[in-house]
Amino acid sequence: MLLIKNGRVIDPANNIDNALDIFINQGKIIRVGKNIDPKGISRDSGKFRIIDASGKIIAPGFIDMHTHLREPGQEGKETIATGCRAAAVGGFTALACMPNTNPVNDNKIVTSYIINKALKEGCVRVYPIGAITRGLKGENLSDIGELKTAGVVALSDDGEPVMNAEVMRRALEYVKSFNLTIISHCEDKDLSQSGAMHEGFVSTRLGLPGIPAAAEEVMVARDLILAEMTSSHIHIAHVSTAGSVDLIRRAKAKGIRVTCEVTPHHFTLTDEAVTLFDPNTKVNPPLRSQEDRDALREGLRDGTIDAIATDHAPHDSLAKDIEYTLTANGIVGLETAVSLTLNELVHSNILTINQAIARLSANPARILGLKGGALHEGEDADITVLDLQREFMVKPETFKSKSRNTPFGGWKLNGGPIMTIVAGNIVWEAK
Amino acid sequence: MKLKSKDLLGLEELTSEEISLILAIAQSMKEIFSKKKQVPPSLKGKLIINLFYEPSTRTRTSFEIAGKRLGADIINFDFSASSMSKGETFKDTVLNLHAMKPDIIVIRHSVSGAPQFVANNISASVINAGDGAHEHPTQALLDLFTIKETFGRIERLRVAIIGDISHSRVARSNIWGLTKLGALVKIAGPPTLIPAQIEKMGVEVFYDVDAAIKDVDVIICLRIQTERQNQNLLPSLKEYSRFFGINQERLGKAKPRAMVMHPGPINRGVEITSDVADGKKSLTLKQVANGLAVRMALFYLLAGENQKNVAY
Repeated sequence: MLLIKNGRVIDPANNIDNALDIFINQGKIIRVGKNIDPKGISRDSGKFRIIDASGKIIAPGFIDMHTHLREPGQEGKETIATGCRAAAVGGFTALACMPNTNPVNDNKIVTSYIINKALKEGCVRVYPIGAITRGLKGENLSDIGELKTAGVVALSDDGEPVMNAEVMRRALEYVKSFNLTIISHCEDKDLSQSGAMHEGFVSTRLGLPGIPAAAEEVMVARDLILAEMTSSHIHIAHVSTAGSVDLIRRAKAKGIRVTCEVTPHHFTLTDEAVTLFDPNTKVNPPLRSQEDRDALREGLRDGTIDAIATDHAPHDSLAKDIEYTLTANGIVGLETAVSLTLNELVHSNILTINQAIARLSANPARILGLKGGALHEGEDADITVLDLQREFMVKPETFKSKSRNTPFGGWKLNGGPIMTIVAGNIVWEAK
Repeated sequence: MKLKSKDLLGLEELTSEEISLILAIAQSMKEIFSKKKQVPPSLKGKLIINLFYEPSTRTRTSFEIAGKRLGADIINFDFSASSMSKGETFKDTVLNLHAMKPDIIVIRHSVSGAPQFVANNISASVINAGDGAHEHPTQALLDLFTIKETFGRIERLRVAIIGDISHSRVARSNIWGLTKLGALVKIAGPPTLIPAQIEKMGVEVFYDVDAAIKDVDVIICLRIQTERQNQNLLPSLKEYSRFFGINQERLGKAKPRAMVMHPGPINRGVEITSDVADGKKSLTLKQVANGLAVRMALFYLLAGENQKNVAY
């Protein structure tokens, strides 16, 4: 039994922002209300803890809809257990994991393996995402119905685009029988080629091969047209350019069923971060220009961008302590995402705290059709507690993730999670 | 006087004073050597490692001779492939070299930023001998030296850099160096070989070579790699030569006193015709000779003993 008292409860799905108490028993939210008196609660099941959350914010458990857990196949970089620990420390009560494991999650056996392993070893909820196409090859559809039955919550070939428009068209049509969302990694491989960073003045200065913004935008445009044609829902992963935000904004106005996400590194950093050739700045899509970053922030503010997702992509030293162009793409994000959101967006008045919470909880839940993302009485008690003032120093050496590939080491961030509760259990709390 | 950094990674980081200092010491090196056939061995007992991840004959040899003339021990490490192919990281390789306690590491690498990576992980001085399409500072310094020697100054000279700017580290280093020393720089080539927003480096961009070389004092030709045809950056070398290559007729559009430079190795008949390359207006062999003086000056500035007392 848990009673969280005196906190500011912000639950965007229920339009609540009030000083309220929350009473939790047997993993469920029993009551959300004013001045819940602990004396009035019968202490039937032993342990009873009262948490004084004065000055803190109580939010629905955050959901990271874009994580790479690396298991099965690359357990040296991350495992389901360590990825879940990192998520808990980062304030996430649930995550959706991408299928580019080895073997690829394009069949029910891998899906079941991930679900079972997560139930056994994971301290947060794990929702597998299945592959759109077999082996992420972009050629033949996976057994999508089987995947759904086994428990995937969405489909994506993330890491690889579905280059063939006909394949994408058929995927968007077929998923409608199973009520699944396609998450698209928008990248025209012919345009991105072997690029290592955003194509612009910085890539010119550094002499690194560039990835033009158009490599993303032509695919966003294609996918929007296909979503319109098929009347299917498409979710655009890791939007990184001003042009993409513009295309999505116009598509939404037109009534096309599109949602999208942005990563903390894309709304925080620009291509200038690559100047010293830190391998931890190499990511796909690449860190873009100042104008792009500003457009992402505006997209978050006006609601064009629905969700904040980490694209947590763990890599080991063999993949990162090497020459820049050879370095693997990816940044670990689970343990910095919430603090970056608060520091970069809330404290600089781009988003209200309520909007930030919606983009980390209610919106990803809605996009993926998950329970959670709200504080409903009678439902599972998944809760994230935030302290907006506490200073967080990013110390990669203390990460719970197996990997350390972050460009934010040494950053001081204002605000962050201090407690993560999954099904009524405190899975992490700040010391 | 010394350089501010322990490393020479690029001309972007250098001030015009530092560039002038290097050129002045290179001038002394050249004069002393041409008179006495030797210079004081100010690097005696110092260890220089030439770390070459890309094949190079002239640059590596030039560094080697420069080091030997100053009395240093100089060792060549040639790697054909990246460290990764051996299952270790680039960082591992660098730390292994560090354990051998070199004073200077000269590195050539096909990946931009590799010298910076080495410099971040080692206390020895690092000299960039060319990294990807990023910088080739010693080439630009020897080009600046040669231009100054030929024209007596660099300020207000008009210099055209022609060809594959996108893939050229020589172009980038020369743009930084020339603009810092007050030259007016134009670049020209097909738009497919001009990188994004390069005008922000302070150059004027031309897609028409004839327009670019009108009234210039110096033309720097860049090497065209044959693989650019297969990447659709060029239709063919033949077409490149006709519309963008430097030939006698085109050279006539520059100032009468204009000179032609090339970092080598030249593709005869592609970016430069043989009659121009071998003609009176070509500075290519002077560039090679001056490369030695510039590299000696750098070794001396980064690791030379008794700097105050040496009268370079």
